[in-house]
Amino acid sequence: MSSVSIRNLKITFGALNVLETLNLEIAEGEFIVLLGPSGCGKSTLLNAIAGLLDITDGQIWINGRNVTWSEPHDRGIGMVFQSYALYPRLTVEGNLSFGLKMAGTPKAEIARRVADAARILQLEPLLKRQPAQLSGGQRQRVAIGRALVRDANVLLFDEPLSNLDAKLRTELRVEIKRLHKSLGSTMIFVTHDQVEALTLADRVAVMHNGVIQQFATPKEIYQRPINRFVASFVGSPQMNFLTGTIHRRDEASLFRLTDGTEIDLTGYQFRLPVEDRQPATLGIRPEQAQLQPSSNHAAPLKALFTIEEPMGPDTLLWGTVAGETFSIRISADQVAVIGEECQVHVNIAHTSLFDEAGERL
Amino acid sequence: MTAPIHSIASTPIGEGPTGSAPKRFGPARLGIYAFLVISALFFLLPLYVMVVTSVKPMAEIRAGGIFALPMDMTFEPWVKAWSSACTGLDCRGISPGFWNSVQILIPSVFLSIFVGALTGYALSFWRVRGANLLFAVLLMGAFLPYQVFIYPLVRIYSATGMFSTIYALVLTHVIFGLPVMTLLFRNYYAGIPIDLFKAARVDGGRFFSIFFRLMLPMSVPMLVVAVILQVTGIWNDFIMGLTFGGLANRPMTVQLTNLVAPTEGEIAYNVNMAATIMTAAVPLVVYFISGRWFVRGIAAGAVKG
Repeated sequence: MSSVSIRNLKITFGALNVLETLNLEIAEGEFIVLLGPSGCGKSTLLNAIAGLLDITDGQIWINGRNVTWSEPHDRGIGMVFQSYALYPRLTVEGNLSFGLKMAGTPKAEIARRVADAARILQLEPLLKRQPAQLSGGQRQRVAIGRALVRDANVLLFDEPLSNLDAKLRTELRVEIKRLHKSLGSTMIFVTHDQVEALTLADRVAVMHNGVIQQFATPKEIYQRPINRFVASFVGSPQMNFLTGTIHRRDEASLFRLTDGTEIDLTGYQFRLPVEDRQPATLGIRPEQAQLQPSSNHAAPLKALFTIEEPMGPDTLLWGTVAGETFSIRISADQVAVIGEECQVHVNIAHTSLFDEAGERL
Repeated sequence: MTAPIHSIASTPIGEGPTGSAPKRFGPARLGIYAFLVISALFFLLPLYVMVVTSVKPMAEIRAGGIFALPMDMTFEPWVKAWSSACTGLDCRGISPGFWNSVQILIPSVFLSIFVGALTGYALSFWRVRGANLLFAVLLMGAFLPYQVFIYPLVRIYSATGMFSTIYALVLTHVIFGLPVMTLLFRNYYAGIPIDLFKAARVDGGRFFSIFFRLMLPMSVPMLVVAVILQVTGIWNDFIMGLTFGGLANRPMTVQLTNLVAPTEGEIAYNVNMAATIMTAAVPLVVYFISGRWFVRGIAAGAVKG
């Protein structure tokens, strides 16, 4: 049984179509990340699932129940916001129990649930404090706790880590993942941070202009992006794109760059049929191109690197291939060749080919 | 970052200016103080004359010298103004007006702030269809001179049998307070992050429970500002009290006018002054007590919580 099911969802603000016939099936206990640039409709979708937004058309099902017209608190969800949204005049304990008090839950039950949430999130020493006396990370833990006490089996996260500094973000990310492992509840997490998406999710839904571009595992998203948008949005630094044409020769096919370099496409798994002389774009991730040739590598590309960026564990080289910007990631102990032409080697099985419309070939 | 990277002996300090620049008492500062002192005198002088006159016997007042200090100080004019001065045939002083004003003030202030806060909350969080239009119309009401409404209101109140009652007066104050109160609270709530409201809705809050349990406790600074505005405004009201209150509910301001209106015989300046000071005392006290709060409330309203 699916935990959350979005069926033909449509949301319009005036004349603006934010979401158009969107469908999404989320299984019980899955961790789903909605990933996309700002304005892609991911937060709108989350708010619609929470019932904080009027939808124009379609249905929302949670736990096998049609909740399209239900109030937020009747949907069996808990929600965590980017700005924490803690009630400023209440203590941590007051924040955690606010919803339960409003629902008229018996006192003993409230105490038990608050204690549980506080134990899971290590909030016990903070229970008597005011939100203003907490650090950003502590505030967000309280906000998560507030979602937990509701005993909801679907938890919604609206960019919960965006307001935190880099170190806390990493810590809390791990904590959320651990929480998901121990609770087993369905989680839907909105972010524009691809690292969060790839590290947390069982499946990632990459959104653009109100449409889900690809809904797949992080590995699939990263290695076999369905189109150029997904390919360029996920991955940092961005995937390199080289334009050229595909040539069919009997059994094999090859890709010819604008500078005349030919790359054997043997080993590439085509998704769509290709024609001879079809214009296409070859996408290569920076870490899939290497300075040293290894086995089953295709013909080398001629590259000229001009800038070196040491990142610690590895080093980025920036330059051009066939007149287009190209970056590669090499290990920190490798010697970079800067300022003179060199060769990079690509494993064609790990590259992506896109047609002129941007679809994966 | 506590320990220095390399312990270097501190650089010797050279000649010339060191540290923060000294504050100078220049001509600009002198000008500001001169202006402040003159303004204070301008406003305090009439008050001084009033206070001094109210404690002089009539003989001294007749002798002239309005700035002179009283030679034979007496509080008898105050007692007379409060309890035995005559307005027409009624010789109970200004005290019935005071109690009338209190009776009008308390429900009017309470209700107008409550209704204004509730409307502001609904307009800024619940986004009802046509909310902006409604707000625009409401604001227009704040800019129309309210004398325009008096005749229609008189007709409405007399048709419903409310004319000359305290209810008519309270209702009038609530209605006329609504635009400004709504504006005040709508803008205050506009500064509260919308996520807070969303969180409360996920937590099971309904329209009224979110208002009473979350928004109202957060509005204390704005409530203080609203109380000050409404207490002063309603206490100082004259025309509404005169028109709608009827004889039995005349507020203190109306009573005062009747008291000081020239009658035959000698004008009792000392009694008039005492009655006027007493009438003006309530807003004055409110400002003195809450002046600090007032400023703080306005500042809190401007800064995002």
